[in-house]
Amino acid sequence: MSMSKQIRNEISDTVVITRRNLYRYIRLPQLVFFSSIQPIMFLTLFNFVFGGAIGNGTAIPGGKYINYLLPGILAQTMLFGGLQTGIGLAEDMGKGIIDRFRSLPMSRSAVMAGRTLSDMVRNLTVAGIMLTVGTLLGFRFQNGFINAIGMIGILLLFSFAFSWVAAFLGMSVGDAETAQLASFVIVFPLTFASAAFVPIQTMPSWLQVFARNQPVTHLVQAARELALGVPSNGAIWKSAVWSLAILSIFVPLAIARYRSRAV
Amino acid sequence: MKKPYAFEVKDVAKYYDGGKVKALDGVTLQAEQGKIFGLLGPNGAGKTTIVRMLSTLLSPTRGTAKVLGIDVDKEPNKVREIIGLAGQYAAVDEFLTGRENIYMSGRLYHLGHAEAKKRTADILERLQLTDAADRQVKTYSGGMRRRLDLGASLIGQPKILFLDEPTTGLDPRTRLDLWNIIRDLVAGGTTILLTTQYLEEADELADHIAVIDHGKVIAEGTSDQLKARLGGDVVEFQLAHKRDLATALKAVASHAKKEPTIDEDGLTITVPVKDGSRSLMAVVGALNTAKIIPTSLSLHRPSLDDVFLALTGKKTQTSEDAASSASKKGKK
Ligand SMILES: Nc1ncnc2c1ncn2[C@@H]1O[C@H](COP(=O)(O)OP(=O)(O)OP(=O)(O)O)[C@@H](O)[C@H]1O
Ligand SMILES: [Mg+2]
Repeated sequence: MSMSKQIRNEISDTVVITRRNLYRYIRLPQLVFFSSIQPIMFLTLFNFVFGGAIGNGTAIPGGKYINYLLPGILAQTMLFGGLQTGIGLAEDMGKGIIDRFRSLPMSRSAVMAGRTLSDMVRNLTVAGIMLTVGTLLGFRFQNGFINAIGMIGILLLFSFAFSWVAAFLGMSVGDAETAQLASFVIVFPLTFASAAFVPIQTMPSWLQVFARNQPVTHLVQAARELALGVPSNGAIWKSAVWSLAILSIFVPLAIARYRSRAV
Repeated sequence: MKKPYAFEVKDVAKYYDGGKVKALDGVTLQAEQGKIFGLLGPNGAGKTTIVRMLSTLLSPTRGTAKVLGIDVDKEPNKVREIIGLAGQYAAVDEFLTGRENIYMSGRLYHLGHAEAKKRTADILERLQLTDAADRQVKTYSGGMRRRLDLGASLIGQPKILFLDEPTTGLDPRTRLDLWNIIRDLVAGGTTILLTTQYLEEADELADHIAVIDHGKVIAEGTSDQLKARLGGDVVEFQLAHKRDLATALKAVASHAKKEPTIDEDGLTITVPVKDGSRSLMAVVGALNTAKIIPTSLSLHRPSLDDVFLALTGKKTQTSEDAASSASKKGKK
């Protein structure tokens, strides 16, 4: 097969699979609805519960707590949304649909690329809903339109990267419930021991070491810089490098899993 | 040059858990093109393992598998171009419509939009799914899902089609419909590997049958050859009075292949015969000459059930047993 035909097939397969997954979200809108409910609850509760304790004003980077909080909750939501990829794939595997795809002469990466791309579209939708709710709660971009778009871009890149981590996990465990549990184990430490909700200086020093150097913190700081103009010491680049590094490791791992014919 | 086998496995083994589970333990099979190859075996025999191996989903621990002469392990992508797979459990997308499911498979075989659309419509028609075609699959019955699954595997016009227990859980009517579809496919030149737990199905459809159990082939041949291994036909009749027994035995003696057996009641006589209905006529003639009118008279051929029982020491499932165990088993 010629190279260009092969590339054409890869793209066409990926488009077919992406569309198939998007149909699911369109025909079961409650899925997208419920994946927005939880972060909206977080956003509202944190805003009213911690907002009072932490207070508004100059002590908080970004002025108002909601301005500080929203990029953090968005980062958590993107991480969580990215990890959903594993659940979807494990479900397809359980139903034998992955076996069907594997027996077809289609590209070996399309099933996962289609899944991660459609999950990115879903995450973008959820981010849009959260920004709307945030705006109602008083959130305002402080740093111009281009940087606002940049914030959404860096968040989506991150969710895409973790989608591939989840694709690898989902293909490895092959069971939706296990995939779900595994994603909680990843989400909670990474988001709570980060700059997402509270300033890192308030944590015990041993935890600060971890919190300062992990990808969610860099993502949150990058998002805050882009949204609010809070200087972040290069977090935008750090976050981009994190995402690309994760992709460069987990894309090949996930595809190798898909190709494996051991069981 | 000789035509390559439709598929061929040579001494394949598949071990799990470091050799503790031997799903397949040295299986050799060859299937001619354009025929139905029946793979018959009880639960856990290794049927699905063979199908998964030939359809590129599983690599063997040992041995080679080829489809139309192409090594499955070395060139899986070439094999995928020429096969279709309908697995043991219908793998269809609940939230797509029937039409979308088949069309999607077509696109993944890299058919153009127009071609995929046309073939989809043909297949839906052939599988009598046109009326339900634009409904989401979650509203489909089990039988409809199975047909749809088959439909999705047909869109690439495969040369070799793997059907893993295609009729398990179907009602008798739907099963007959599916049998006809399978026959049509073979008439159109497709080779089919059909696994089944139903003897009558193998008997009815398969040109060549391999019986497997515990990962090994325990018998192979046409259904007639397998039955012949059990010693052929018998004539069975029942007398009205015990006092006729001696006369009757004397009358039929020259037509018996082996010593006739007499039932405990002393009335029912079973005569192994050489030549089916011809022997039956001869026995009738002899009894008539001896002025004995039996209360019942019949010719039996051994069923594949008898063969299976003799080979494995296990009774195979009747369709009803299997249907109820399949519904208990549910999804994997
Ligand atoms: N991944 C696996 N790990 C361990 N054992 C396995 C695995 N897959 C299959 N087996 C075992 O291999 C044997 C053959 O399984 P297979 O699915 O091929 O049987 P089958 O003939 O299709 O049975 P059924 O009629 O129930 O579908 C079984 O004993 C099964 O438990
Ligand atoms: Mg099976």
